[in-house]
Amino acid sequence: MQLMVKRLAVTAVLLVAVGVMHSSPTHAGVLGEDRADAMYHRYSGGGVTIDGPSVLVRKKFGEKFAATANYYVDMVSSASIDVLLNASPYSERREQKSVSAEYLRGKSTYSLGYINSEESDYKADTSFFSISQDMFGDLTTVSIGYKRGWNDIFRNVKQADGTIIRDPGFTQQSDVRAYSVGVTQVLTRSMILSINYEVDTDQGFLNSPYRTIRYADPGSGRGFSFDPEIYPATHTSNAVSGRLKYFLPYRAALEGSYRFYSDTWGVQANDIEVGYTQPIRQWIFDGSLRFYKQDAADFYSDLFPRRNFSNFMARDKELATFTSYSAQVGASYEFKMARLPWVQKSTANVRYTHLFIDYDDFRDATQTNVAGGVLAGQESLYQLNANVLQAYLSIWF
Amino acid sequence: MDTIKRLACALTLLAAVTGCSPIQPWVKPYERENLADVIMAFDRDPVSSSYLDHVFEAREGARGATGSAGGGCGCN
Repeated sequence: MQLMVKRLAVTAVLLVAVGVMHSSPTHAGVLGEDRADAMYHRYSGGGVTIDGPSVLVRKKFGEKFAATANYYVDMVSSASIDVLLNASPYSERREQKSVSAEYLRGKSTYSLGYINSEESDYKADTSFFSISQDMFGDLTTVSIGYKRGWNDIFRNVKQADGTIIRDPGFTQQSDVRAYSVGVTQVLTRSMILSINYEVDTDQGFLNSPYRTIRYADPGSGRGFSFDPEIYPATHTSNAVSGRLKYFLPYRAALEGSYRFYSDTWGVQANDIEVGYTQPIRQWIFDGSLRFYKQDAADFYSDLFPRRNFSNFMARDKELATFTSYSAQVGASYEFKMARLPWVQKSTANVRYTHLFIDYDDFRDATQTNVAGGVLAGQESLYQLNANVLQAYLSIWF
Repeated sequence: MDTIKRLACALTLLAAVTGCSPIQPWVKPYERENLADVIMAFDRDPVSSSYLDHVFEAREGARGATGSAGGGCGCN
C-alpha cells in the first residue's frame, strides 16, 4: 500500500512537471548582451599583495550562439604569516584562461566551458557543462550543472645558489567533481529569488605541499617543532544558498543572501550578506555588508600536543574557527564614447572591499618568546585585515 | 501515512488541473519593467563577482552555491 502511494505521488509529480512544461507559452529565450570588461584587481593584506588584470569578452553569433573568453592574472608577492614562520617570502604569477560557449534552443540554454590555470607549482584544468530551462511563462528558470577538474600539484625548492626550481621528486594529483542545481523565480513584479545547491567532491592530494603543522616539543628552543600537514584524500561538501532582490518604489534595489555550508572534514559555515543599490543619473552606487562564520575542521589545531598526534593534521587558517566581516562600496559611471560609434554603452567602475577576519584558534606563532614569557600556545590570536580594490571599464557593443 | 495520501491526492488533482489549462504567469511580460532594470541583475558585472568569489573562496573554508563556475588554483 505504502509503495503504491509513493508511486502515485511520484507519478503525480511527473504529471505536474510535464503538464507545466507543455502548458508554458513557447516564447524563445534570449542570450546575454555582447560586452567586454577590462579590470585591474588588487588584494593587499596579511603580508600578501596580489594584483593583475582580468579581461572578459562575450559575443553573440546570431541569436542562438554566444561565446565568452576570460584572461586573468594573479601576480603574487607573499610574506604571509605562514611564510614568515618557516619559509622565505616569494613572488609568483598565476595565469587563468577560460572559454565557454552557449547554445540557445527554444527555452533551453546549453553551456559548455573550459578553464585552465597555471602557476609554477600548480596546474588546474576544469571543464563544465550546464543546462538552464525557462518555464512557467518565463517566471522560473531551472538550471543544472556539472564540473570536472584535474589538478597537478608540484613543489618548488630553493637551490644553494638561490634559484628556485620544481622539485623533480614531487608530483601529486587531485581531481574535483561538482554538481549544482539552481532555481531563479520571479515572485512579484518587484521581487526575484534565486536558490542554488552545490555538491563538490575532491580526491587526491588536497593539502599544500609547503604548509606545516606545529606540535609541542619541549626540547626545542621555541617549545614547538614543525611537521608536514596530512589531509584526508577525499573531501565532499554541500552548500545551499538563497538570494532575494527587491526593487524599491523610488528606483533602488535591496538584496539579501544567505548560504549554509557543510563538509566531510567537519567544517560548517554560514554567511549572510545585505546590499543596497542606488542609481543617480548616470551613476549607480552600491554598498554591501557580509558576515561569515565557520567552525574548524575536525583535524585542525594551532598546536598539536605531540608529534604524530593523529592520522590527519592541519594548521591551515582557512580550516580554523573564525568570523569574517566585509564591507563593500562601489560606483559605476555610464558615459558615451563619441569616437567609437559601435560602442552602444560604456561604464567606468570602481569597487572597494575591506575584509577583516578574526581567528578564534589560530595564533601568531611568530610572537613566541620563551625568555619574554610568551610560550607556545600563548601567542595572541591572529587577525587579518585586507583591502580589495577593483577598477574596470565595461563596454557593450 | 495520511499526510502522504493527502499529498498524493493533492498532487494528482494539481496534475489534472495543469494538464487541462496552462498555468498563467502571475507577472505578465509587460509588468517586468522593474525586474528588467539593470540594478535588479543578480550578477551585473560577472568580471567583478567572479573575482570576489575567488577572493573569499581562497580565504574561507566554504565553497560553492555562488552561481558561478570557478576553476581550480593552488591559492589556498
